[in-house]
Order: sequence, then structure tokens, then C-alpha cells
Amino acid sequence: MRIFLALLVLILLGGARDPILVPEVSQHEIRVRQGFTGAELLLFGAILSPDGTRAGQDYDIVVVLKGPSSPIILREKRKIAGIWINAASTELHSVPSYFAVASTRPIAKIVDSKTAAIYELGLPWLQLSPTGAIDPKSLQSFAAGLVDLKSRGGFYRQDESGVKVSEQVLYQARIALPSSVETGRYTAETFAVSRGRVVASAISAIEVRKLGFEGAIAQFAENYSFLYGLMAVAISVFMGWVAGRLFALV
Amino acid sequence: MDVYLPIANLSVNGLVIVLLGGLTGLLSGMFGVGGGFLTTPLLIFYGVPPAVAAASSASQVTGASVSGVFAHSRRGGVDKQIGGVMVAGGIVGTGVGALLFRLFEELGQIDTVINILYVLMLGGIGFIMARESLEAVQAQRSGKPIKARKRRHHPLVSSLPMRWRFYKSGLYISPLAPFLLGVLTGILTMLMGIGGGFVLVPAMLYILGMSASVVVGTSLFQILFVTMVATMMHALTTKAVDIVLAVLLLIGSVTGAQIGAHFAQKAKPEYLRLALAGIVLLVALRLAFGLGYRPEEIFTVTLK
Repeated sequence: MRIFLALLVLILLGGARDPILVPEVSQHEIRVRQGFTGAELLLFGAILSPDGTRAGQDYDIVVVLKGPSSPIILREKRKIAGIWINAASTELHSVPSYFAVASTRPIAKIVDSKTAAIYELGLPWLQLSPTGAIDPKSLQSFAAGLVDLKSRGGFYRQDESGVKVSEQVLYQARIALPSSVETGRYTAETFAVSRGRVVASAISAIEVRKLGFEGAIAQFAENYSFLYGLMAVAISVFMGWVAGRLFALV
Repeated sequence: MDVYLPIANLSVNGLVIVLLGGLTGLLSGMFGVGGGFLTTPLLIFYGVPPAVAAASSASQVTGASVSGVFAHSRRGGVDKQIGGVMVAGGIVGTGVGALLFRLFEELGQIDTVINILYVLMLGGIGFIMARESLEAVQAQRSGKPIKARKRRHHPLVSSLPMRWRFYKSGLYISPLAPFLLGVLTGILTMLMGIGGGFVLVPAMLYILGMSASVVVGTSLFQILFVTMVATMMHALTTKAVDIVLAVLLLIGSVTGAQIGAHFAQKAKPEYLRLALAGIVLLVALRLAFGLGYRPEEIFTVTLK
């Protein structure tokens, strides 16, 4: 009896040692300026046991980089009377402008679908929050269409072997951002998974900002539209006039 | 030569944009059209968002038209009186166009509407122009003069009330006709991001019956002012004018316009009109097929 109880305590104690994640990102601020052709982020960090030593166990790591979400209208074209027009639409409340998932092994192998859905571990598990009633089958077809569209633009990515773990302590993943990313706050969330359960998670933030000349132009266009319009007209008229004079001299 | 466009929110090859501008500028100098009907679709094809493409190509058309207007004006080729009436109509037209744009956007059918408009306008006008210029070329070759047209302008135009004298065009017609023509081109400029020259030139020749020597210059005059107003409208409503993109296009197109005007002096007008009719018909056919083909993107996203 006592041996049985001792074994039980040992097993329980063994399960209570959840690791700590210490995440870091290569850049906490991405500046969008002249010559910006996209950026590559390195997300890395350490997996430690609660007493600060190396985790000493093989954990699966999943990294999710998510951009700012906004409500959108998604439209689907169909062929009606010989021409393609927008025939169906649905409103989705929170669609991230950027979504990238990287993991040490294929997601399907490390968690079940319920856990994947809770933590949004992967493109098929994105919570798009449709507003209004919609049947699950058409939501699925819309979602698949949206994911396909965004993936081809480089905004949604899934890399099933993108995270490398060295010496059971250091993890790293490289994720690329295309040049047309939206500005705003991006969150990089890291999950440690063991035996199908998410045992630890940690978050870092990255700001993508338009700075300098380009940022000033974007702000000017937003806030002083009338002046901006006048400026655009003035520049075009001036350039046209200058070209006229130059060619008259030639 | 990567350039980042702050409003379009993407990186493009600067040289490609300048060459694109140059091509459309050449067309504008030679034929008196703005060239926008080529710029906007080509920019969209390159990856620029459609709203930004339409708004920024309007300012490019402005720049291309300025030098053309000065050049034609120096040679007495602009009727500022009838041009003024048309511009007034054009300003009203851009207002109406902005409202229609918003209406179609909300219905989600703006892309299809624009496509169909392009096909109808370009197809119809290209066909009429092709027929007329073929007649002119044949007459010129065989030496036989074309039968003198019995009337200068469309009978509907003569039936409008109130007549003004437009000396430079050699007309005595109601100002309502050029005004309404201006309204129409204003609507087209806002909806399609074009100058409307390919509508104006044949309309001025065949519907209004203006003298051919002032048609190109006056059409550029109209396009200049209406695109200026359209750029302002876009800056205020859609906020999609990308100055960096516009400047790149302008560098190419103002140069191209001057070269084009130079060529236009040397070539015979009937052949120029035939060439323009050919280009317009080709673009119309391509767009018509495009309506029936499965589009590249079945799903489109609009921000709420």
C-alpha cells in the first residue's frame, strides 16, 4: 500500500514541472521607409525548467506571429449569365492582416484539433468571427478562399518545420514579412507543447511603423487631404509645364 | 531600383513605372487622349490596389495634358470658349461620378461595372473611329474626295435650346451639348480613372461637329481641368492618391507627351486616327474576354 502511495506522489510531482519560456525577437520595431522590400524576423528564446536549468526534455514549440485584425467583407465571384460578378459575400469581424505559424513538427502530430482551435495553432484554425448567421459549410468555403488568397500574397504562412530547437533549450524560427504589410502592433506568441497539452506560453510585441518621409506622406494624406490634393495637382501641373519648356529649348 | 509607395503600401520597380508613364505620355501627345485607359489597368496588373491606381493615374494624366495644352494653344489649336463650357460640365460630372462610385462600392459590384463600362465605351468608339478613318485613308489613297457630310453635327444637338457662337470651332449651337458632354466625361474620369479623351475626340468631331483643327487641343484642355478636379475629389474622399507613384508616372509621361506631340506634327492625321482606333479596339476586346474568363482571384477582401 505505501509503495503504491509513494509511486503515486512521484508521478504527480513529475507532472507538476511545467517549463518557463523566455521569448525574444530580433527586432521590436520594423521601420517602413524607402527601399523597404519586406523584413525577416528571427523569433528565438529559451525553454527553462521552473528552477532555471535547461528544460532537459523534448518540447514541441509553436510560434504564432499575428498582425492587427480588422473587420472585412469577403466577396466571392461566380459566373452568372456568361460574366463573372461578385455573387456572394460575408462579413467577418476579426481577420488578421498577417498570420504566420511555425512549429517544430506538423501541428496535427503534436496537438488534437480541439487544442489547435483554442489556441489558433495553424491556418485551418483561424477564428474569423463571422457577424450574422452563416451555415458552417459556406463559412468553411469562405474561410478556405480567404486563406488561399492571403497565402498567395505572402500574408498567411504555415511552416511545419520552421522552429529549430538546439540542446533542448534554445529555439529559433525565421518568419518573413512582405513589403506590403500593414502598420500596427504585431504579437509573437510562443507555445510549448508536451504530450498534446500546451504547457507554457509567452508573448512579445513588434511594432511596424511608417517613419520618415513615407510616414509623413501617409499621415499628410490622411489628415490634410485638401492640401495634399492641391499639392498633387500642383506637382503634376508643374512637371508638365517644366517638360514643355525643356522640350521647347531642345 | 526599388521604390516604396507610401499610400499604395508596397514596393515597386521605379524604372518600370517611369516607362509605363512614358508609353501613356506618348499616346497622349500623339492622339490627344490622356492615356489613362492604359495606365490604370497596367498598374492594377502590376499589383497596385485599384483605387490607388485610378486616383494616381488621374494626376499623371494632368501632367501629360499640361504640356500638350500649351503646345496646341501656341498653334491656335484650343477653343477656350467651348472648352470652358465643357469643363463646367466636367466638374458637375466628377461630383456625380464620386456618388456613383460610392454606390457601386457598397453594392460590391464596382469592379464589374468598371469592366463593362470600359468594354462598351472602348468597343463602341473604337468601331466608329475605325470605320471613319478607314474611309478617310481610302479617300486619300484613291484621290477621290469623301462625300461632303450633309450636316455638321447630330440633329439632336441642333434641337437643343439657346444658341451661342463658338468662333474657333466654327459652330453655332446650344452650350448644353458641350456641357452634357463634359458631365459625361467627368463621370467617366471618376469611375474609370481616365481622362476620357477617346470619348471626347470622336464626340467633338461627330456629335458636336467641331472643326478638326481644334479638337485635339480642346480635348486636352478639358482633360487637364477635369483630371485636376478628379485628383482633388480622390484626395478628399478615397484618400488613395499616392504622390510618389504619381511623380514616377509623371517623369515618364511628360517626356513621352512631348515626343508624341512632335511625331503628331509629322504624321498624317487619318493614319493616326486609324492607329488609335486599332489600339482602342484591341483593349476593348481584351477586356471583353476578361469578363468571361475565370478571374485570377475569385475571393476579394474589402475593409469595412
